[in-house]
Amino acid sequence: MSIKAVNLGHTYHPGTPLETCALKNISFEFDRGTWFSVAGHTGSGKSTLAQHLNGLLLPMEGQVWVDGMEVKEKSRSLQEIRRKVGLVFQYPEQQLFAETVYDEIAFAPRNWGVPENEIPQRVNLAMEQAGLEKNCLKRSPFNLSGGEKRKAAIASVLSSVPDYLVLDEPTAGLDSYSRKELTSLLVRLRSEGMGILLVTHDLDIALQFSDSILVLQGGTQVVWKKPQAVLEHLQANPVPGLKLPDIAQLSAALREKGKNVPLTWQWKCLKTALFGEK
Amino acid sequence: MKFFNHLTFGQYVPSESLVHSLDPRCKIISVLVLLTGIFVVKHPAVFALWGVLLGCITAAARLPFRLVLRSAKPVLILVLFTASIHIFFTEGDPLLQVGFIRITRQGLVMAAYMGLRLLFLVLFASFLTLTTRPMELADGLERLFSPFVRFGFPAHELAMMMTIALRFIPTLLDETDRIMRAQLARGASFDRGGLWKRLKAFLPVLIPLFVIVFQRAEDLAVAMEARCYRGGAGRTRMYPLCWEKKDTAALGAVLTLVVLLVIGDRRLFF
Ligand SMILES: Nc1ncnc2c1ncn2[C@@H]1O[C@H](COP(=O)(O)OP(=O)(O)O)[C@@H](O)[C@H]1O
Ligand SMILES: [Mg+2]
Repeated sequence: MSIKAVNLGHTYHPGTPLETCALKNISFEFDRGTWFSVAGHTGSGKSTLAQHLNGLLLPMEGQVWVDGMEVKEKSRSLQEIRRKVGLVFQYPEQQLFAETVYDEIAFAPRNWGVPENEIPQRVNLAMEQAGLEKNCLKRSPFNLSGGEKRKAAIASVLSSVPDYLVLDEPTAGLDSYSRKELTSLLVRLRSEGMGILLVTHDLDIALQFSDSILVLQGGTQVVWKKPQAVLEHLQANPVPGLKLPDIAQLSAALREKGKNVPLTWQWKCLKTALFGEK
Repeated sequence: MKFFNHLTFGQYVPSESLVHSLDPRCKIISVLVLLTGIFVVKHPAVFALWGVLLGCITAAARLPFRLVLRSAKPVLILVLFTASIHIFFTEGDPLLQVGFIRITRQGLVMAAYMGLRLLFLVLFASFLTLTTRPMELADGLERLFSPFVRFGFPAHELAMMMTIALRFIPTLLDETDRIMRAQLARGASFDRGGLWKRLKAFLPVLIPLFVIVFQRAEDLAVAMEARCYRGGAGRTRMYPLCWEKKDTAALGAVLTLVVLLVIGDRRLFF
């Protein structure tokens, strides 16, 4: 039960002067119940990659497999794949359209043909998961606050009960409190067995929560490893536009000065190494 | 899966060519001259010469020929429609009669003429947008219309509106594309069911699009006011248009060619 990409490649507008190679030779795999992050600078192909995982874009080279089903044009499983892999776009609040938050969240399950009498349950569960207040249900999604809109949009994807959740820069434009709320939601979903794919340019979050990280640069794969190994790689070979977390930079600088500390992004770990157990 | 392709809308395609570097005023007038020529000409041999001219301009603009042809795709239906009207409704010597449908020789000839004319019209006109930035185009129009300003013609305002509209078409297409994808990801489908169902399926796209459009319009208005925009009077330009020798030469060449073709056409025809 996993999502797998093999030598995935994608070119926009092939054969025209606007031809852009957005992805080239990308391979990775992640299971349900794990958190996989894709990190890279703007324009490195992260959003393009995210849209391949539920068949919104189809591979031009290589393949994508979801739970053993290949993502292919006209494949009968495409609709099934879309249901399995929930995709939260960047700035998802811009997709809101319904009269009430209830209808907004019910949109996806209704499209998947869930019987009307099961829909209230779905909506309630999705709202609870996303941390949206019950009193929002009857309000218009356009009158919610920014953070609430984001939550409503995420709930509207969670109501499909996906097996994998792909989020494209979900923390962009959120305050630090909402950011913490969101990451703890994702941690909870992972522990319930959902596969999480987080697209981000924030290495801090990627290192802190991921089981594995893929780093992209200009559409090519720089490294796909566990967080500690990715940190070591990026410290040795910096990628322009990807800033290492402050603690990681500090620990690297200390090591350069000859201090005996590990290369780490965790303050706790660095503190213990510097000042001992307390 | 891509729902809109910018290139089909005759959008600007950057390239370092002679045609790209001409003054927009030169290109606007040349295209007008060419379009007039297309409507005057009647002889098949001259139509073939239009085809050659099209090829030459494409080469001079350093554009792939396929790309130019593709810009005619949206109007292909119109071309076919016009041609079929002429096929079926022109009186003359019957070639074929099935029931009340009658196809005449004159009808076929007219259909071919009108179809080709429309096609050439669109193809030549598309060079204007393919090789000229929207901003330059609006600039050129404003300058061409500026003599009428003293009679109260709002040249600057029209040019500004056109610039803004042109500037936002690709952006809005992108937004539409993005919203359609977001709704597809939530299980929407735009290609199933009857007409009514399909129309209804577009509501989840149209509503967010309107929200975005009004938001953008408001942002833009505020940004313009913040920079003290107050219309055309006394406004200078960052890139003033400048008519060079090559513009005169190009316009002269186009004029000569069209005049020659029209004269040749008269000679051949009568
Ligand atoms: N719809 C599109 N048409 C043409 N080029 C695109 C399109 N979307 C993205 N690109 C190009 O593909 C590259 C990768 O873009 P994207 O996947 O959006 O990167 P990221 O999400 O990492 O910022 C960029 O160079 C971008 O200009
Ligand atoms: Mg992106």
